[in-house]
Amino acid sequence: MSNKVTREDILRISGVDPRKCMKCGKCSGTCPAYEEMDYHPHEFVSMVLKGQIDRLMQSKSIYKCLSCFACLERCPRNVEPAKLIEAVRLAVIRQQGMNHMTENDVPALLDAEMPQQAIVSAMRKYKK
Amino acid sequence: MQKIGVFVCWCGSNIAATVDVERVAEAVKSEPGVVYSTNYQYMCSENGQAMIRNAIKEYGLNGVVICSCSPRMHEATFRKTAMAAGLNPYMVEIANIREQCSWIHKDMQEGTEKAIILARAAIAKVLKNAPLTAGTSPVTKRALVVGGGIAGIQTALDVADAGYEVDIVEKSPTIGGRMAQLDKTFPTLDCAACILTPKMVDAAQNEKIDILSYSELESVSGFVGNFTVKIRKKARYVDETKCTGCGVCTEKCPSRKGLNEFNMGLNTRGAIYIPFAQAIPNVAVIDKTQCLHFRTGKCGLCEKNCSAGAIKFDQEDEILERQYGAIILATGFKPIDASAFDEYAYCQSKDVVTSLEFERIMNAAGPTKGKLVRPSDGKHPHEIVFIQCVGSRCSADAVKGKQYCSKICCMYTAKHAMLVREKYPDVNVHVFYIDARTPGKNFDEFYRRAVEQYDVDYIKGMVGKVEVEGDHLRVQGSDLIANEQVVIQADMVVLATAIEPDPTARSLGTMLTASMDTNDFFTEAHPKLRPVESPTAGVFLSGACQGPKDIPETVAQAGAAASKVIGLLSKDHLVTNPCVAHSDELLCNGCSQCENVCPYGAISYVEKEVRGPEVRAVKRIAVVNEAVCQGCGACTVTCPSGAMDLKGFSNNQIMAEVDAICR
Repeated sequence: MSNKVTREDILRISGVDPRKCMKCGKCSGTCPAYEEMDYHPHEFVSMVLKGQIDRLMQSKSIYKCLSCFACLERCPRNVEPAKLIEAVRLAVIRQQGMNHMTENDVPALLDAEMPQQAIVSAMRKYKK
Repeated sequence: MQKIGVFVCWCGSNIAATVDVERVAEAVKSEPGVVYSTNYQYMCSENGQAMIRNAIKEYGLNGVVICSCSPRMHEATFRKTAMAAGLNPYMVEIANIREQCSWIHKDMQEGTEKAIILARAAIAKVLKNAPLTAGTSPVTKRALVVGGGIAGIQTALDVADAGYEVDIVEKSPTIGGRMAQLDKTFPTLDCAACILTPKMVDAAQNEKIDILSYSELESVSGFVGNFTVKIRKKARYVDETKCTGCGVCTEKCPSRKGLNEFNMGLNTRGAIYIPFAQAIPNVAVIDKTQCLHFRTGKCGLCEKNCSAGAIKFDQEDEILERQYGAIILATGFKPIDASAFDEYAYCQSKDVVTSLEFERIMNAAGPTKGKLVRPSDGKHPHEIVFIQCVGSRCSADAVKGKQYCSKICCMYTAKHAMLVREKYPDVNVHVFYIDARTPGKNFDEFYRRAVEQYDVDYIKGMVGKVEVEGDHLRVQGSDLIANEQVVIQADMVVLATAIEPDPTARSLGTMLTASMDTNDFFTEAHPKLRPVESPTAGVFLSGACQGPKDIPETVAQAGAAASKVIGLLSKDHLVTNPCVAHSDELLCNGCSQCENVCPYGAISYVEKEVRGPEVRAVKRIAVVNEAVCQGCGACTVTCPSGAMDLKGFSNNQIMAEVDAICR
């Protein structure tokens, strides 16, 4: 069984066209989680274009992305790098065999200290 | 007896590769009226034209169909050919089998069939053609330039130099435009005012040039060679003929809250003001929204202190009506509003400025007398960050910004960076850039000087955000070469904002039916071969209203536009298009619908005795002024009684074409 994730899979899941990128780096310039990442938002765009999906799937960046969507909001070319990161993350999760949580699991895990954004982000990450 | 000749062109392989020209020539032989048909490699060549001339004489042709490129390309060529052989030029029809056939089809079979159909339609039309004779219309030997920046000034000077009268209509109180606001100019760093103001003075002193400042176009009617323009001369509440420009009134004025437009709103001015020291005309103007006299009825200090008695509170707008042969649009540009880019904190901090604001700060005649200080606290900055491409090169689906490259920003940012480093070596300058675009004579050398000689820190990458932190600006961006996120604690941030056409361009475009692109830049008649003419005859384009341009390009284009205008004004008469509308007196019922839709005002009504087979009555009927009609056909489709028809494109000709296609 071939379950290798291809460039086309990521493009289909994300709906992103990485060819629109003009390589200005604004996404990585704006990213609040930049220092935590091994591959940065702008690298996701070029690496997906080059089909280097395996390396991205093994990167820790996909768990460090806050889903704050600042890169998506500010990208002058509307490339939406956050959607690529999310798509790679989803590809990993799908390979792990649908072990994601349901929305019913969320209330029990709520923590008063947890920022609202993180909850929303968790929903985005795991509810697909 | 109709004798039609059909000439099928190969256009090298442009047509022949997708259309079987042999088959087309063969197929049309059986069409009614066709007595001769042939094909040739290049019909527009001297040999090809000779074939047409010979065939007209040999076969006594009274109609010609050329199956070739678009009529825009060679209709005039083939009409001249026909005329040389003694045929009326309007007995020539073009079947476009290149742009509308061979270029869009890949399959030879399909292409050939379509070419035959197009040829058939043209033959059906030419069978109903009637010989037409072109008339002439006189040319008013005076030009109107809209906009008094460097583009408008240069065009006016060049047209006046050829001996023709020119009026410059400028909406602001002085000519000079954007260039007057600039400090130094790249790549030579000569001062903008030093090279511009002598030209402004030349324009003012030229007896052929009339400068109508603080004026705007109200309406335009007429056509190439014969425009009638109404100009609104806005009340400046100062008698231009009396004011000496001494400036006493501007000092006495107690209202000091009006934002100084010339300094991009960085400081204030009086309600009565002269835009800048070298303004032309050097005449004061009252800003009614700020003036205490207009707001409260009191004050009048300017009037009391004016020794020339020039203040006229009761002055009113004046409408001038003038005739012109040509109109040149030179409406220029403005920087886009940076407040849409909230990630750069433009609205949060006074120390985030646009490049044009920075230009004023660096200018000796600016709000700080040329001293580089922070607008917020007047302190000397030590770290300055320049951000390029703010609002330029954005994708069509991005929420904000322009798709085009604004072209001038790379160079003026290098200039700013260099000037800062030259005057203040203690200031560190960083430039965030995506690509340094420096095509132009001595441009890349200039940019490299900024890097190598002036130690300007060029960082390849964009800034993600600027945050106000205390009295600093935290600039966070990408350094793509180092693959790092960099943070700079800056004292000032300068945004190289995109440029866009002046907002007045759109209404002018509508007034003149001059076409514009999606960005509101005026469109040229041909992107390569007719770059300074609008597709609307008699309207010419000068400077940044046609697209982003630097000063040398603007001046070059201004001169080119002037030469086209001179070419037009040097003619005493223009040949008019005989394909104009006319109304059938018997059918016209005087309903006025055609008059209402005519965009050129070419239709009027007369009471006239009409005699026909069953009619003899005085009727109100439409009459077309053939000199004014442009043959657009709006009236023919509007006419409910079918009385309006277009010569050369009559209703029955068009129906014959449709019939031929559907056969």
